[in-house]
Amino acid sequence: MTFFPFAVAVWLFVVGLYGVVSSRNLVRTILSLTVVQSGTYVLLLGIGYRNGGQAPIYADIPAVSKAVDPVVQVLVLVDVVVEATVTALLLALAIQAHKRFGSLDPHELRALRD
Amino acid sequence: MHITALPIAVPLLGAAALIAIRPFASRWFDDLAGGAIAASVITLCALLLARSARHPFAYWMGGWRPSHSVTIGISFSIDPLGAGLATFAAVLIAASLVYAWRYFDEVDGLFHALMLIFLAAMVGFALTGDLFNLVVFFELMSAVAYALTAYKIEERGPIQGAINFAISNSVGAYAVFIGIGLLYARTGALNMAQIGAALNGHRADALVIVAMTLLFVGFLTKAAAVPVHFWLADAHAVAPAPVCVLFSGVMVELGIFAVARIYWTIFAAPLAPHADELRAILVALGTVTALWGGVMCFAQRHIKRLLAFSTISHVGMFVCGIGLLSAKGLAGVATYVVGHGLTKAALFMLAGILLYRLDDIDEFDLHGRGRAMPVVGVLFAIGGLSLAALPVVTTFFGKSLLDGAALDAHYRWLPALFVVASVLTGGAVLRVAGRVFVGWGAARRRDEAQAEEAREEHEGNGGHDRTPPLMVLVPAVLLLAAVVVGLIPGAVPGIELAAAHFTDRAAYVGWVLHGVVHFAPAATSHVEGFDYLYAAGATAGALGLAALTLFGAPLLQRLPAMPVRASTAALGVLRELHSGHIGDYIAWWTAGTAALGGASLILLT
Repeated sequence: MTFFPFAVAVWLFVVGLYGVVSSRNLVRTILSLTVVQSGTYVLLLGIGYRNGGQAPIYADIPAVSKAVDPVVQVLVLVDVVVEATVTALLLALAIQAHKRFGSLDPHELRALRD
Repeated sequence: MHITALPIAVPLLGAAALIAIRPFASRWFDDLAGGAIAASVITLCALLLARSARHPFAYWMGGWRPSHSVTIGISFSIDPLGAGLATFAAVLIAASLVYAWRYFDEVDGLFHALMLIFLAAMVGFALTGDLFNLVVFFELMSAVAYALTAYKIEERGPIQGAINFAISNSVGAYAVFIGIGLLYARTGALNMAQIGAALNGHRADALVIVAMTLLFVGFLTKAAAVPVHFWLADAHAVAPAPVCVLFSGVMVELGIFAVARIYWTIFAAPLAPHADELRAILVALGTVTALWGGVMCFAQRHIKRLLAFSTISHVGMFVCGIGLLSAKGLAGVATYVVGHGLTKAALFMLAGILLYRLDDIDEFDLHGRGRAMPVVGVLFAIGGLSLAALPVVTTFFGKSLLDGAALDAHYRWLPALFVVASVLTGGAVLRVAGRVFVGWGAARRRDEAQAEEAREEHEGNGGHDRTPPLMVLVPAVLLLAAVVVGLIPGAVPGIELAAAHFTDRAAYVGWVLHGVVHFAPAATSHVEGFDYLYAAGATAGALGLAALTLFGAPLLQRLPAMPVRASTAALGVLRELHSGHIGDYIAWWTAGTAALGGASLILLT
């Protein structure tokens, strides 16, 4: 196992945050959010990876074979479901925002300010 | 057959059924079914509370019990504080559903279904003993909360509020995912007791510190600590009043609960050598939050936004209380959460009545227009006094425990901070009560931008001629509870004992992994004389501050111009930060996380 996947995970997390911060379009903001989340996928899969490990499906391989950790894969699966839900909800909100504000630019959303 | 899974299964199945029969169901059926399911969850959670108070226990889903002290399955680790919080969430959901019977002119089963899923998620969050399970319920709770915020989907405010809420909290949840991944990489476990046992005896290294920072930041994003709090004011200002009841009353507090749970189960042992430094970090964070929230609360004229910032200020007190890292501090927070949650729930319901009757939520617009509703006004004022921790109200007992814990930890100035937070938040609510329901003070002020925002919000069903008695009865009962819960014999000592057991890390590992309940002996404390003094001072201060803003205009004009102008400018900068722009909020989130992580890495290793 190398350092590389963890560097990728951190990069995705940070660059996604930069995307959310700098975005001038809500759809881009939401997609940047999924990039942040992709960082968590890479990190989790990197943690469970074993050099030379097989897919942990023991129906096809002898039980003693070296396999990657299935637990983190389950976590990623849950993570993906969460992403699907939240992204769908956010995109629906973006459509409504476009309808009501006439813009997708976060600078133009001015219903709330102190 | 065991009832442990039922408080989650019942509302989830109920929600699914309500959605399935939605085309055929009538309004009264939805109301009745929603209320009945919430009531059954209260009963189930109360049963769990009663059982766990005698004997905390772990329930292993599907019978996957630990084998040779290694966890395979997922546990619900039920102790009185978790079960109590679950019961409290169910009570607030039930109260909110009853209130919503008359609050919404038009609502269908979707609303009830969302509320029930929300309930299931909160109960699961409070009961689970598994770190990943915790984050799953966290995400479920969040996703439902985003949808509930934007329930009035055709209005501008709710759309923007929900977007800010969803993106901020999602980023927080991803931080939690990473924290969990790091802990799993280190320990190979997801059960909190197992992780704690694995880390016990090792000094915390950089990986553990980073994991802790990410977990804390994630859950504090939900709890709305400065500077990751920006979403809260937006979401609370625009969500329907019955939903705000839950956001402020219990959801935000669940974030605090999670921080306490993971600290005492996982990080207490490895960080024991650096407990003083961690205490300093968390108390500093709480102090900034309490002051920021308090000042912003007092500066608002949008009443729901005012209540939202009041919640942030109280969250600051909770972070301080947890941050003292003592059983007494935790007991103080737990007691305060009950008093604050009941009070804040009632206040949001009363604010909802203003919207329902007068179709406006701006303090100055509503000047004197509440005179026709004396009962609502009196209740509102009682809420303000409860926030100011009037002696023998539940919040007072919480605060006296917090004071005691602060003195034990040699933070002698912390009780004074709590007084300041109480004065600002209680004073703001009392000021609103005086202006709206009596007609005291000025009717106009210059900052029209916020007035526009307040006017724009209608929630679609204002302008009724009379208030349904039920809508006043529910907040009245909640306020009554907020006043008397702390006086019930055994309630506060019971919370103190539960908190002492909650913080007993070795015992937690024992009862979760081995089924052996053995707690170190714990003592309970009593209210000291100076607590009455502090609380009386806070109440008098809140009343005085409200009076000063309502009647003190001539007095204030005589102040020297320089400091007045400087503080107005400072406040202007503070308000400018709450820009409603999601990019700004995430920039603050990133900076706050980096600062907390940096401080932790420097001070705790």
